[in-house]
Amino acid sequence: MKKIDRRNFIKGSLAGGLTAAATGKAKNASAAGGTFGGYPDSMGVLVDLTKCIGCRTCEAACNKEQGLPEPDRPFDDYSVFDEHRHGGLPRRTTEGAYTVVNKYEVEGREHPLFRKFQCNHCNEPACLTSCFVNAYTKTPEGAVIYNPKVCVGCRTCMIACPFYVPAYSYSSPINPVVKKCIMCYDTRLQFGRPPACVEACPQGVMTFGKRKDLIDLAHETIENKPDKYVDHVYGEKEVGGTSWMYISDVPFEEIGFDTHLGPDPILNYVKDFLAIVPMVLCIWPALFTGFHLLATRKNANKDDSNKA
Amino acid sequence: MQKLKNEGFEPIDTFVKPNTNNPWTFKEKMLLGLTPQEYMKQLVRNPFNWILAVIYAVGLPILVGRFIFGLGWATHSSYDYPWGLFLGWGLFVMVPLSASGFMLGTTVELFGRKDFKPIERLGLLNGLLGYFFAVVFLQVDLGQPWRLVYPMFVSLGPAAVLFLVAWHVATYLSVQVAELVPAASELMGWVKPKKFVRSIVLGLTVAGIILSTLHQGALGALFTYAPGKVHPLWYSSAFQWFHFFCSSIFGGLSMLIVVSTLSKWFLSWRCDDNFLKNLDRITLGLGKGCSMALITYFVIKIVALAHDNEWAYLLSGWGQLYIFELAVGTLVPLALFTTAIRSNRAGLARLAAFFAVFGIALNRLDTALITYNWKLYQEIPHWREFIIAVVLYATYIVVYRAVLCRLPILYTWQGESK
Ligand code: SF4
Ligand code: SF4
Ligand code: SF4
Repeated sequence: MKKIDRRNFIKGSLAGGLTAAATGKAKNASAAGGTFGGYPDSMGVLVDLTKCIGCRTCEAACNKEQGLPEPDRPFDDYSVFDEHRHGGLPRRTTEGAYTVVNKYEVEGREHPLFRKFQCNHCNEPACLTSCFVNAYTKTPEGAVIYNPKVCVGCRTCMIACPFYVPAYSYSSPINPVVKKCIMCYDTRLQFGRPPACVEACPQGVMTFGKRKDLIDLAHETIENKPDKYVDHVYGEKEVGGTSWMYISDVPFEEIGFDTHLGPDPILNYVKDFLAIVPMVLCIWPALFTGFHLLATRKNANKDDSNKA
Repeated sequence: MQKLKNEGFEPIDTFVKPNTNNPWTFKEKMLLGLTPQEYMKQLVRNPFNWILAVIYAVGLPILVGRFIFGLGWATHSSYDYPWGLFLGWGLFVMVPLSASGFMLGTTVELFGRKDFKPIERLGLLNGLLGYFFAVVFLQVDLGQPWRLVYPMFVSLGPAAVLFLVAWHVATYLSVQVAELVPAASELMGWVKPKKFVRSIVLGLTVAGIILSTLHQGALGALFTYAPGKVHPLWYSSAFQWFHFFCSSIFGGLSMLIVVSTLSKWFLSWRCDDNFLKNLDRITLGLGKGCSMALITYFVIKIVALAHDNEWAYLLSGWGQLYIFELAVGTLVPLALFTTAIRSNRAGLARLAAFFAVFGIALNRLDTALITYNWKLYQEIPHWREFIIAVVLYATYIVVYRAVLCRLPILYTWQGESK
């Protein structure tokens, strides 16, 4: 498994920083680039945004499945679509809602477009790679789950997630934790069952299946109706690929998707620094001890008038 | 205190009381050789202490409130803005301004530049306290501060940049404590610890360089996790760590100039001639180091712009902020330092240092807060967040002053130096 190899490599190089027991890892550092597709048999969900009618049934199902608090407004109250958070932005995932549906008025489209949104369960999750207590796990089934028992609350994962997914229960003084969609891993995914929101949807917007099959399905759907769909499977390539993917009839940048993320997993942006770690560990001690010897010899030769 | 000194008071700088053979007691050392009444009197006389009293009266209840009502009550930290002033100021600004410890250790112990000896300990202390209070700020910001040791012992995430920061700051704090053991030993009259530290000082110094290079860089690398969120002008996947490391060099040295200037102004009773007489020369020496780091930093900043081809951004509003930061925080101090060195004017170098410190602070705040989420919206920290930050910073100053008054940092300990 290539994936594991690379992660171990990086662990090795940073762990080396602790013991200062540097070995010649600098060479391997260049191998830290590249991407890989995640677990081969991981599951995923394909969201066909053209079908969503904004009924919020998935939101309700998620709330129940995950035992989340009752929302301020009931799930059949559609005025939430006009709610705006800070900065005039539409609703986002919160500590009380792991998934939200937003409405986008699109010019020339018969109906508004509705977009369901939750954690995308990245193949190479930024949240996971940035966490210094390893609170996140990417399971072979594809879910990115979180262990609240070890989380220190530094919130780097929230900085790192390119999709602004993780929320934090700031209101709790005693036990604040990260709150995000876990693809219903505990109750469903690990038993091979589809997530609650997927199953609840009356419109069949979401298809649950093996990620690699879903990619084929997505492209097939687009090919069959090239006039309807935009030729882009969002999540197939973005930040190294995600388990949740989307197809749409409106260009993604118009409906709140960030289309500038690029195909590299977030970890790749950090690797320039990771590569210098073993180098500093190897070279610095010798270099500076050498400097010391040179500098002090020169001083000894000089008649040093400064008092030591 | 200056007044007392003019009246004939002699600060403690040796084991035995003047004109006798009796050693100072511990209590007397802590009270600076004054009687408790005299000590209280000089405390009350100092107007700065009144300001502190007000800060604590207002701020302490709010600080306590943060732990009772949670982060949501005290800060504007949100789902979109996980980090606020505590990390933006307390971690990202304090740590580079504390790089003086390893810089001075390197200069004096490693390069054998004994001419910087009079300020070495101030450099080390500035480092130690800055790091210590960065951890204090972090503790106030963490959701579950009682789990601070988890990354060390309970659940390890060694592939994360913050993991490296945590370990390095922890290790480096112990290194800095060890480096200051000699100062404490002199005051307390311990002999063995001082001897021991002298014997390993080279090892400590080299460890300090390694740890500092990596964690100063790592603080920058933390932002490489957020390529789409930090503004491109402040973001560089390839150079971020080097920007942070390189600027910490002049940041630490400039902060040292600032602190030594303040000591000279407000604590001159505690400085000895060796310190005061050499200070101008040393300031210019430090300024030389600063100007070299500043020019390197400036070049790398421009190289990063060219590397990612970000020139177009310079024309935007963010670009103006960027140009302002680079001009006032880098070019102005660079010009001032160079002129100061050429015309041998220490005062000018001090002015330059103030600009450089401002530049570092602005750069870190720009990266972490001001331009962060530039595509979304801008967040202004909660007023309680400001007050808590002021309380913590005031505590930093109080501790700093207390140590300077007592340990042989600004003066040389008289008597046997075994
Ligand atoms: S979408 Fe964000 S929270 Fe979800 S797995 Fe990816 S990085 Fe982690
Ligand atoms: S907030 Fe918790 S889960 Fe997120 S990076 Fe920090 S320790 Fe890890
Ligand atoms: S997968 Fe489960 S946790 Fe995630 S949004 Fe759907 S119902 Fe909620």
